[in-house]
Amino acid sequence: MNKIISFPHLGNYSVPISFLLRELTKYEVRESPPITKKTLEIGSKYAPDTVCVPFKYNLGNFIETLDNGSDILIQAGGGCRYGYYSEVQEKILRDLGYNFEFINLIDSDKMKIREVYRTFKKMNKHLNFFKFSYYMLLTIQMIRYMDKLDEIIRHRIGFSLNIKDFTNNKSKMLDEFSKVNSFYSLTRKYFKYKKIFKNIKIIKPNNCIKIGIIGELYTAMEPFSSYFLEMELAKNNIEIKRFTNLTYLLFQKRRQTKKMLGKIKDYCTYTLGADGMDNVYRCKYLIDNKYDGIIHTKPFGCTPEVGAIPIIEKICSDNCMPIIFFSFDSQTSEVGIKTRLEAFYDMLNVKKG
Amino acid sequence: MEYFLGVDIGSISTKGVIIDSNLNIIANSYLWTKGNPVDSIKRLLNDLKKQVSDDIKIVGVGTTGSARKLIGAMLKASVVKNEITAHAVGTSTLYPDVRTILEIGGQDSKIILLKDGIVTDYNMNTLCAAGTGSFLSSQAKRLDVLVEDFGKIALTSKNPAKIAARCTVFAESDLVHKAQMGYKKEDIIAGLCYSVCNNYLSNVAKGKKIEEPIIFQGGVSKNIGVQKAFKDIIGKDIIVDKFGHLMGAYGVSILALKSKERREFTFSVTDDDFETKGITCNKCGNNCEIVLVKQNNKLIDAWGNRCENGQVKI
Repeated sequence: MNKIISFPHLGNYSVPISFLLRELTKYEVRESPPITKKTLEIGSKYAPDTVCVPFKYNLGNFIETLDNGSDILIQAGGGCRYGYYSEVQEKILRDLGYNFEFINLIDSDKMKIREVYRTFKKMNKHLNFFKFSYYMLLTIQMIRYMDKLDEIIRHRIGFSLNIKDFTNNKSKMLDEFSKVNSFYSLTRKYFKYKKIFKNIKIIKPNNCIKIGIIGELYTAMEPFSSYFLEMELAKNNIEIKRFTNLTYLLFQKRRQTKKMLGKIKDYCTYTLGADGMDNVYRCKYLIDNKYDGIIHTKPFGCTPEVGAIPIIEKICSDNCMPIIFFSFDSQTSEVGIKTRLEAFYDMLNVKKG
Repeated sequence: MEYFLGVDIGSISTKGVIIDSNLNIIANSYLWTKGNPVDSIKRLLNDLKKQVSDDIKIVGVGTTGSARKLIGAMLKASVVKNEITAHAVGTSTLYPDVRTILEIGGQDSKIILLKDGIVTDYNMNTLCAAGTGSFLSSQAKRLDVLVEDFGKIALTSKNPAKIAARCTVFAESDLVHKAQMGYKKEDIIAGLCYSVCNNYLSNVAKGKKIEEPIIFQGGVSKNIGVQKAFKDIIGKDIIVDKFGHLMGAYGVSILALKSKERREFTFSVTDDDFETKGITCNKCGNNCEIVLVKQNNKLIDAWGNRCENGQVKI
């Protein structure tokens, strides 16, 4: 019987991750069921109560996908508490009595390509380094294209005549991306959808409200965890700028650290762990580029962001920049978020006149 | 002349005003919600109706407060706004130079900072109900005094007890402790007023610069004990308007006036039969709670669904 491999969700990135696993392993790839409130409930039930909320989502994803018949789970590490996720989650799942193989793609802080290759080689004896590199690069390119198209969407979706013009085309795009087989076909699809997204009719005033979203990576990239914050903003004719995406985390972050620290040396001398310092820099960027407001999101108890917040508050008060902080948890009340958010763009609207 | 109705429906109390197009309040009402927003809105409308002549024409309705959506659907409101914006608009209309609004209501408390009539910053309590009206009224019940007399009794205290204010549960156990130790009732009550202020200032107003003129409003602002405590702790003068509790309703009626929409409103709505029902959508794991509002057995509005599976056709 063929084994089934699965992984936790992160926004739309399940498309490239599925693609990579399908091409490189001989297993059947089965995505975890889409995140719902139930996912979070299951995750919260078995996770430590005070752990940050992405852990609970991931754990919920794992349990749902195991119940759905998966045999192999994939997790990756990161620069904060996220680095311990895989060990703790594996232990919790084993204690619950599940039988599975657990693969941690990134063991240390940095991704070492040869180690990843070795991990994949273990899963598929017939894999050679050429094939591995080819599909790795193709997946990376797919992620880059997705992020580029997302950026176009974020600029325009708030002003569309019908929001579905964008959302429907985006699901079509993801579907077509998952079926590509070469750089040529991927690039063609990219240009096709770039054209589509750029040609959807919008009515965008010159002085529209522009908001930058900063904060922790999971709440930035997984819309469910932020109660579809970006969609909510889009419905209110707002242009959105978001920095965090996989392209940034995997490739740009490391190269830019020094440059960012240089730009904010009045406020911040060292990095703050995970994306803490990056967010301080982004604040400065948004102020310099005359954005109207900033929204900062984080899971409740996110240590790097807790460290960054006082610095961000200082920058914003020095520059009269409106900012609002959201802390998401399994207990967050959705109405409370909507009330605060509505008041926020009312405030920006009146300010803008 | 055109008239506008503004309704602020909170967890504890329901407030309503009718204004004319010169922004004068010509009728106002304040009563308890008693956990039944539909019924309380009918009582409110009946009360307002008595105060105005029959021939005035109301052409716009605005709603705010935690049941704003439900009441907005009932009254076919042209504006449904959050409390923060409504309070800011209402207060800055009466006091154009206001810089700080302190607001403590039944279950929420907020601070709004303004400059030149424009909101620059705000905050709202998130986790804890300590330091709100419902906390005070539950403690009043425990001490067997009327919450309306709370302020008067507090002012008689010469030595307010120190009560831990970090959290409702701790405050309550500390209060019991102080009572068992033998503190006088008025000292405990005065201590509670101080603890409400301390809690507010360290949670809601944390890191916010409180500048004059300061206006204190919301139901708790009627409590002279809390008024005095705020003055003592902040050390600045605090204005309490006689219409302070109506500011949300007033603000949202102004927003209804400013919106371009005009829709005639009649008090006959009070004769209609409204039914609300919450159902759980079982089409996916989200299990959205969908609210249905029926007017005379006809479905008029529904909300609460996250995806199209739960869309209710009207």
